[in-house]
Order: sequence, then C-alpha cells, then structure tokens
Amino acid sequence: MSLLEVKDLTVTYRASTSAASPEKRGSAGAGDVPAVRGVSFTLDAGQKLGLAGESGCGKSTMALALLRLLPKTAHLTGEIRFDGEDLLTMSWGRLRAVRWAGASIVFQGAMHSLNAVQRIGAQIGEPIRLHSPKVGDAEIRRRVGELLEHVGLPARRADAYPHELSGGQRQRVMIAMALACDPQLIVADEPTTALDVMIQAQILTLIESLVAEQGISLLMISHDLSVLADTCDRLAIMYAGRIVEEGPAATVFGAARHPYGQALAAAFPRIGDPASRRRLQGLAGDPPDPADLPAGCSFHPRCAVRLGHCDLVDPSLWPTAGREVPDDGESHKGKGNRPAGDGTRAACVRVLPDDGLSLVEKESA
Amino acid sequence: MSEPIPNAPILSAEDVHVEFEARRGDGRARAVDGVNLDIAPGEIVALVGESGCGKTTLARTLLGLEKPTSGRVLHRGIPLAYTSKALKRFRRDVQLVLQDPSGSLNPRHTVYDAVAEGLRIHGDVPDERERVADALSRAGLRPPERFFLRFPHELSGGQRQRVVIAGALVLEPNVIVADEPVASLDASVRGEILALLLRLRDELGLAALVVTHDLGLAWNIADRVAVMYLGRIVETGPVEKILTAPEHPYTQALLSVLPEAPGAPVVLQGEPPDPTRIPAGCRFHVRCPVLASGAAAAAGVDGRCRGDDPGVLAGGTAIQVACHYARTVSSPDGPSDGPAAAARP
Repeated sequence: MSLLEVKDLTVTYRASTSAASPEKRGSAGAGDVPAVRGVSFTLDAGQKLGLAGESGCGKSTMALALLRLLPKTAHLTGEIRFDGEDLLTMSWGRLRAVRWAGASIVFQGAMHSLNAVQRIGAQIGEPIRLHSPKVGDAEIRRRVGELLEHVGLPARRADAYPHELSGGQRQRVMIAMALACDPQLIVADEPTTALDVMIQAQILTLIESLVAEQGISLLMISHDLSVLADTCDRLAIMYAGRIVEEGPAATVFGAARHPYGQALAAAFPRIGDPASRRRLQGLAGDPPDPADLPAGCSFHPRCAVRLGHCDLVDPSLWPTAGREVPDDGESHKGKGNRPAGDGTRAACVRVLPDDGLSLVEKESA
Repeated sequence: MSEPIPNAPILSAEDVHVEFEARRGDGRARAVDGVNLDIAPGEIVALVGESGCGKTTLARTLLGLEKPTSGRVLHRGIPLAYTSKALKRFRRDVQLVLQDPSGSLNPRHTVYDAVAEGLRIHGDVPDERERVADALSRAGLRPPERFFLRFPHELSGGQRQRVVIAGALVLEPNVIVADEPVASLDASVRGEILALLLRLRDELGLAALVVTHDLGLAWNIADRVAVMYLGRIVETGPVEKILTAPEHPYTQALLSVLPEAPGAPVVLQGEPPDPTRIPAGCRFHVRCPVLASGAAAAAGVDGRCRGDDPGVLAGGTAIQVACHYARTVSSPDGPSDGPAAAARP
C-alpha cells in the first residue's frame, strides 16, 4: 500500500463563504476559482516525488491541501489517503496527531515561517511538547539538541533567535522542526528558493541524506525542474490545476512529452551546452486565470505545437509509451488516471493513439 | 572639464575598496576589498558570487550610490565626480534595473508614470509620450498605449520586470546595471527577460553588468564573467572559458553543485567568512577543497595559500585567476600564467 494516495483531488476557492452550504460542495458556482482540478498520484514509503510548475499552477495549494491547512473558503473533493486513512474526512483530533508526527511541512521563506521573538530551540521543541505532553523539559532540550546536530547545526544554537542565523541556517531549523516528531512524510515547498547555489546544495544534500537514512517519503515542490530532477525519483508537472505530465525524473526532465514540460525543461540552461548559449527559450504568455480557463486543453493558447482540435479536447494523462490499450469509454476528465508501471504519462493529444481525434467526435456527438 | 576618452571602457572600477563600520564596533567590514573591473561598450559582463560576497556593494559603487573608501570609478575614462550635478548627468548614461519588480514599482503609479519618472527628473518634458511609448515597445510591451494606464498589480511578473527595464531605457543609457534581473521570476519568464537583454545589446549596443548568483544566467547571456568571493574577484575571463574549464577551486565548486553538472558535487561546508575577519593568505584557503585534499601541499604551494595573498586581479578582458595552486599547476603556456602573473601583489 502506498503511504500517500491522492485520488481525483479538487480544491475550489469559493468567492464567498455564505455560498458554502454542504449540498453545494463540489458543484461549481459563479465566482468560484478551481485551483486544483482532479489530481491523482501515489507516493510510496521512501519515495521522492517532485512537483513542478509555474506560480499559480496550484502546486502550493495542493501541498496545503495534503495537511488540510487551507482556509475555510477552500472546498476539497476527492480523497487523500495517508497510510490508509482519508485525511479529508478525518476528525480534527486525529488530524492534529497526523500533522507533525505523520506528515510535516517545510515551507519556503524560513524567515517568515519562524517566530521572530522565540528562541529556535523552543520552536523546534513545540511539536514534541504538543505530541508528547509527558516528556519533560530536560528531555525535550536533549532531543532539540540532537535534531540540531542532525541538520548540521551545533546544539548550543538552540538559544539563538531566527535573526541571528543566516538564511541557510534558518532553513536547517525548519527541517529540524519538520523532523521533530519522526514523520513518515515530509512536504517541502520550495525549500531552497532564494538560497545561494552552495547553500542550496548543502540543504539538498541534507534532505537527501535524511530521507535515505530514515526512509522518509518526500514530496518536494519547486518551480526549478533541474533541482527536482536532481533530487527526486519521479516528477509530476502541474499546469492550471492538473498534472499534465508524470514519470521517472530523468525521463520527464530529459525527454518530456508534454509541450509544457518541454518548455519548462528548456528554460534551464545546461552550462557548456552551446544550444543554451545566447539562445533563449522562453514560454510566451502567462498561465490562465483559474477562474476563466480556456476551452479544451488549458495549455493550448501558449502551445507552440498545437493542433486544430486542441481547443476542443481536454486530454487526461495517458501512457506515452502506449503500452496500455485503453478501454473504450475510459477517456478523459480525470478518469484515465491509472498507474502505468514506471512509464511516463502525459496529458496531450499528441500522446493519444490518433492525436485524440476520436475524442473530438465524442465531444461533438 | 575633461573629455571622454575614446575607446575607454564605458564603466570601470579601479582598485575599488568599500569599507563599512562593523555593527558591533569590532573593526571594519571590507565589503569590496580591491576590485578592478572594466565594462566595454556593448559588452555584457556577469558578476557572480554568493550573498555577502560584496557583489551588490560593488554594483552600487559603480552606479555612484556608494563612494569607494579608496580607488575610483571611471565613466568613459573619466573619474566619477560625486557632486549631485555630475551624478545626475552620469545616471542618464548608467541606469539601474532592480530585482523584484513588485518591490521597485510604486503600486499607485500607472505604467506611464513609472516609465516617465526618469524623464521628469531629468527635465526632458518634450516628446514625453513618444519616448515613453518607445521605451515600452523596446522592452517588449506592445502596443505601448495599451499599457499606459495599467497599474503594476494588473500585470504579470514578467510584464512588471519589462516595465522596470523600460524605465531604465527611457533615458537612452549606454549601460545598465541589473541586480538579479530574473531571480524572482518563473522559469518560463526568465528566458524572455534574458532574451530581451540580449536583443537590447544587439539593437542598441547597450552594455550591461548583470549581478547574479546564477551561473546559468551568465552562460545564457554574458560575454565575460567575474567570480567574486569575500570582496575580491577571484577568477575572470570569457564565459566559454571560465564556465567550462574553471581554474579557481571556488568557481569549480560553484559549478559542480549545479543540478545536472557532470561529476561529483564539491559541496563546500559552512558559509563564507565575515568580511570583518578576512582570512590571511588566500581568502578562500579555509574552505578550499584543493588545500584540504593535500593537492596544494603536493604542488608545494600550501604555505603560500596560508600566508600569501594571491593579489588583486587586473581589469581588462584577459583570463585571470587568483589562486596559487592554479598558477603553479597550469602549463607554462596556460592562460593563467600570463595576465595573472602581471596582477598586482
């Protein structure tokens, strides 16, 4: 069984909370903003999954949804199974137990996520205190010291305030805090953005070694495909609230099949490669407004290789190798999300057997 | 008043030192500790280094925003005068492009006002509308009239950065200093903004000093790169050479930790030392993997690494490296032997 199993997850931000009566859950109304639109994936114990995409593609919303940290205006449907239990229907008491001890989050921007007027030792000790009220102060101090040393900081730094630490050291504190209750899963949202290359390398090495030593699963979110490809086993690329490509990290980064995945991968220069020297490949345009998505494939207005029917068909993820023959009716709109072994899947008509033309007929029928 | 010297670099630093009083009164922080750097007309130079290495202080000094403690800044061969009148004239020619466009644009000013501000400060009121439109379209915001009355919050991150660039272009400068121009932008937008900088150079002959911690950016657009560590430039030369065959162990380490870099990453431990306590000898020796591995001792230079300052690198376009080991092990006809040996002690 997978440690984390997300099935057809949607997150919709409601324009006003008054419209949020229970019977309306899941139905779209005026002014609703669908931030996540039917995302499914699984994460096995000890596995590292990278989630990439531009700002506004829904990746951070998804991270927050996994621990139900979203505001009340957000409405969730689908399933998030963590170790077999559905997080969406879980009681608050049970949820509190799962947060920190089952799954914890490393947020981006450690300066804003740490309390500026509390010593870091107290902040790292807080989740331990909450989860094990019987543990004494001396024991907590000892565990905090161990955690600090584990992330490469001297134990005596427990008495420091966040402003006395550098950006890299603060990010280490965030990681120590995430490890405090021995979680099975760590969600890291842009853990190295805004850090220097050398500090980024230190933090990534640290995360990788901790994950490997303790068999923790990792969901890492970043806009930097090259960092994710370097750290993770598998990669998923999000666009406009959906996963549009998913597969082994090296394949997705090196040979993406979705035009959006290709554009993201091409945005990172490979030093020494003459192809990226003075020849820049940007992706024109902006991601669509989630409240006003284009018809058909939501990427088609920015797509360089769009086909005539791309504004009619909204393809679901499809195995790129074509090793599975889909049954009739198993077509689109989030229903084709079956596991396909180690293969890569992409949500693009060019991956479909007949460029997705049969879907056009179905749509118009 | 002296006339500009023909063929002189458009902007130069000559043995520039910038010191600050340290916060706790224990000595002085040598943020820039002896730098020579030339930017030729139409040239794109990348100044790379980690936070705290002094690259932003050096850029501010080149813009006349910071006065060097010693050494001088030259504009077309003429030393910069620090009177407000001279600085105002200087800044028509040398413009700053800041990082984080959301922070450098006034949220209550329209795009038109943001771009026209420079013209108004310099009293260029005639043809204002035309020149604003021209700057916007050169920055890739077309048709410009459509953007005149927009506010920053109505624009995407990439468009905001284009507005900031248009604000710099409106005075028709010959050189721009861009501090992390793409650091806060999405990967997809990054390529567009960098392509714009390249196009401006090709079309207008605009030179640029791009300050960044991103070596990939240097590979993308720069002609030359200068790698800075703890207040000094430690390696400099053409991008193709420095980023594919670096000789300074610091440059080598920076390149090795990039995702996708070939070979094993050399992750340096700790962070650069405090600029109030710059190590004696080579300033990098306390973190140097070549010294730690014993390779420097095998080459017989370890004593010099600990005791002798490799010196300040000269300006100009030559390949130079401030490393005793690299200067010793390179072949006699190697690039580091010539100009580096000529560097001042």
